[in-house]
Amino acid sequence: MTSRKNVKFKFDKLKSETAEIDGLEVSIGKLIREKWDEPYGPTPSPSLATLREWDLKLLKRYKPFYLPYCDVCCLCTMGKCDLTAGKRGACGLDICAQQSRIVLIACCMGAATHIGHARHLVEHLIEKYGRDSPIDVGRSVGVDIEAPVTRLVYGEKPETLGDLEEVLDYVEKQVTQLLASTHTGQEGDNLDFESKVFHAGMIDQVGMEIADLAQISVYGFPKADPEAPLVELGIGVIDTTKPTILVIGHNVPPSVEIINYMEESGLSDSIEVAGICCTSIDATRYNPKAKIVGPISWQLRFIRSGMADVIVVDEQCIRTDVAIEAQKTMTPVIATAEKNCLGLPNRTNDPVDEIVKDLVEGKAHGALIFDPDKVGEVAVRTATLLAPKRKKFKVIPEISEILEGASKCAQCRFAPCMRACPNNLPIREAMEQAAKGDLEGLSNLYEVCIGCVRCESACTNDLPIHNYIVGASIKKMMEEKYKIRSGRGPIQDVEIRKVGGPIVLGEIPGVIALVGCANYPKGGNEVAEIAEEFAKRRFIVTTSGCSAMSIGMYRDEDGRNLYEVYPGEFDAGGIVNVGSCVANPHIAGAAIKIASIFARRKLRGNYEEIADYIHNRVGAVGIAWGAITQKAASIASGFWRLGIPVIVGPHGSKYRRMLLGRKDRKEDWYVYDARTGEKVFVGPCPEHLFYTAETKEEAMVMAAKLCMRPNDTARGRMIKLAHYIDLHKRFYKVMPDDIHLFVRTETDLPITMKEEIKKILAEKGWKENIIPDPTLLPRMVHTKEEKSDE
Amino acid sequence: MSNEPWQIGEIAGPKKALIITKPSVVVGMVKKAKRTLMVVGHQTAEIDLGEENAIDYMIKIADRFKIPIVATANAVSEFVERNYPISWMSAMDIGNRLQDPEWEGLDGKGQYDLVLFIGIPYYMEWTILSGLKHTAPNLKTISLDRYYHPHASWSFSNIKIDEWVTYLKTIIGQIEEKA
Repeated sequence: MTSRKNVKFKFDKLKSETAEIDGLEVSIGKLIREKWDEPYGPTPSPSLATLREWDLKLLKRYKPFYLPYCDVCCLCTMGKCDLTAGKRGACGLDICAQQSRIVLIACCMGAATHIGHARHLVEHLIEKYGRDSPIDVGRSVGVDIEAPVTRLVYGEKPETLGDLEEVLDYVEKQVTQLLASTHTGQEGDNLDFESKVFHAGMIDQVGMEIADLAQISVYGFPKADPEAPLVELGIGVIDTTKPTILVIGHNVPPSVEIINYMEESGLSDSIEVAGICCTSIDATRYNPKAKIVGPISWQLRFIRSGMADVIVVDEQCIRTDVAIEAQKTMTPVIATAEKNCLGLPNRTNDPVDEIVKDLVEGKAHGALIFDPDKVGEVAVRTATLLAPKRKKFKVIPEISEILEGASKCAQCRFAPCMRACPNNLPIREAMEQAAKGDLEGLSNLYEVCIGCVRCESACTNDLPIHNYIVGASIKKMMEEKYKIRSGRGPIQDVEIRKVGGPIVLGEIPGVIALVGCANYPKGGNEVAEIAEEFAKRRFIVTTSGCSAMSIGMYRDEDGRNLYEVYPGEFDAGGIVNVGSCVANPHIAGAAIKIASIFARRKLRGNYEEIADYIHNRVGAVGIAWGAITQKAASIASGFWRLGIPVIVGPHGSKYRRMLLGRKDRKEDWYVYDARTGEKVFVGPCPEHLFYTAETKEEAMVMAAKLCMRPNDTARGRMIKLAHYIDLHKRFYKVMPDDIHLFVRTETDLPITMKEEIKKILAEKGWKENIIPDPTLLPRMVHTKEEKSDE
Repeated sequence: MSNEPWQIGEIAGPKKALIITKPSVVVGMVKKAKRTLMVVGHQTAEIDLGEENAIDYMIKIADRFKIPIVATANAVSEFVERNYPISWMSAMDIGNRLQDPEWEGLDGKGQYDLVLFIGIPYYMEWTILSGLKHTAPNLKTISLDRYYHPHASWSFSNIKIDEWVTYLKTIIGQIEEKA
């Protein structure tokens, strides 16, 4: 392993017994600090408590509302400790601190996963392409700020793959320190845990950004391209007459090498490569001929369909029973990541011929291969040889088998299948219906089933219920033929220049970021409906990962795909797929670039000021409607520290606490007017930082409201209010009861509702207020006079 | 089955809800409470009970008890359509306020001491009730859903719809008797 210590020495003249050298300059490791002339801000490379004051400012306004998922703590041998209602555990911790600690552990897991992913990817790419391989994510289209999050947090400008290693050293250290603070007998205060949660999220954003910078630069993914190609999505687009390789996970090198080997062997048109989860998005970014099966929830249905002749898994979001499930369809599994070995024998150093032979002849049901090049060859050759033998052997039953199986359903009184289902789907009724020969009930479950298969585990008769659901919907499944815009990567600086003003002034009513996984309460269409609603309203809709797929798997009322209707530009009315999960920092990065490019705020190690700017001016809201994982938690917490609110779907309440503002507490909603230093009431803008919505309708109303910011001009506020009121009236059939909190002057009032709202304002005793130059930071006040923090 | 959470994995902690075996328990608790609130989630509108919707039952209970309703999410529209006066607040917001002893309530007269919950998705209501169990020790909560909610103070067990309807009708009848 190469040393990466920052050592540099220079000799004007070196003379020894064997040589005489002039002008020798030697660098060991990377020295990226001399490549950017912007002066350092106050907080480059922040450690755990550097930004604590900023966090506590946010947490004073957005206090945690704890929703304990477990009443006990079972993390040490003094436990289990009952923490119910104020009791403290043996270590002294109470339920609030325990919940925050669990959130921190979750966010550390999420951050470590992205950072580990980034480390693996960067090391692989350095080994293959060299440490000096340049970072370029769109220089030709004017992306000068290539790494806004890294520049902001770490305070350096990475130019080569080698530079990224140093940033990874920093973020890895932070995650280790954060995790250490969760140990028994360390941190004991819930708000300090929360501050560390924010730190984990911020660090995670850096880790993700590094991963995407590296892969965009080296693999030639679309570089800030609003017209990234439309690629095929859905089970129906896969040509099952061909040998098919299914790739699952997030870390794309094995998929890339599969595609490379196919091309080198002239097999590109003879084999299908289809993927699930973010690896598939990134495979299409590498080669638009790759296909996407669907989001994480499509995993088991596709494996059991037997369409894949070989399954290649890398890391993250892979069913941990994938090897067991694949054996049912006689599909070999190739695991490729040290983090996910699946109990398979390590064949990395075995000859390819031997591995292929064993897999094709069924002597081995899988192999662990850490070398992506070898994975490419083994997967392609195995699929080619095995496909004619397997003949797409499947375990999805025929209709007659479903009917017979349903007749064996015990119709248990307390429906364990339904009680095991996260969404309480009416499985027992569907089985009863099927037993009578009608499969409609089972078929109706197909779109809303998240594929967890807990129903099967719970079934007292061991019936393969999920298979019945899929089998009853086979026609529907095979007709899944959609398009998705391949991930475009970063937002161009020129796009930021164009929309920065309208966003900050409020004339573009907001940026809605639909991100995260597929644990939807009522199916993926809800995400698409939210995207469509806000795109129609001329918000900027951004998306990534499984949410981006769900948007693609939807047709509007005219039968059109949303990616074909709405442009991929970061502009009003766009639906912007940035890419896989690790592309999420491009969304945060866009907000950061607005502060940097449009408002000319210093970026370098200047986190607090930039976050203050974003929180008060950039009307962005994240929606993770189907958030599942610890990664989703850490992604959300990265947004929180920037002051960007996040809405989750109803399952998101299981994240153990919300960060909620109180609009009824007037004292919480004051900012400094940077022009005068006076404190000004600005209303609950934005009202919450982390919020669970019960329904998609509530999410839409809340998202529109959370886009309001203290800096909105009267025209901007008028537009935002109009959207909020319109959605409220449409879904709740009544005017909002808090309009008076958002109106500063009468010029804020939407023209068509002016008289109606004026009556409400009069009833509420509303008084006109000024529109300040808002900041939460006394040091940002322009006057020379020192302002106290309180 | 009597005190098992409806969703199998939602195992509660040491303190679990008492089971409402007789509807009179609900009536008695409301009568005893000083300030009662009813929180009605959007799923209430989705439960078809034959001639009437579960929303209609809640209106009858709230009306006869003279207790205010907070409708969450788009349940609001159901009450508006029925022209029944309610307040609205999201489930998270009302949960958050209920744990604050300083909250002035919907009418400015102070915090509530009893809250009836119904119709929020099971797992979401579960987490809110858990939050209140831990952080609002003086608040009593009753789940009127037909599923056992372990984090409420009182809850029905897991019962079939017809049993549930009978319970709700009995509650309504008993309020009228005692009125």
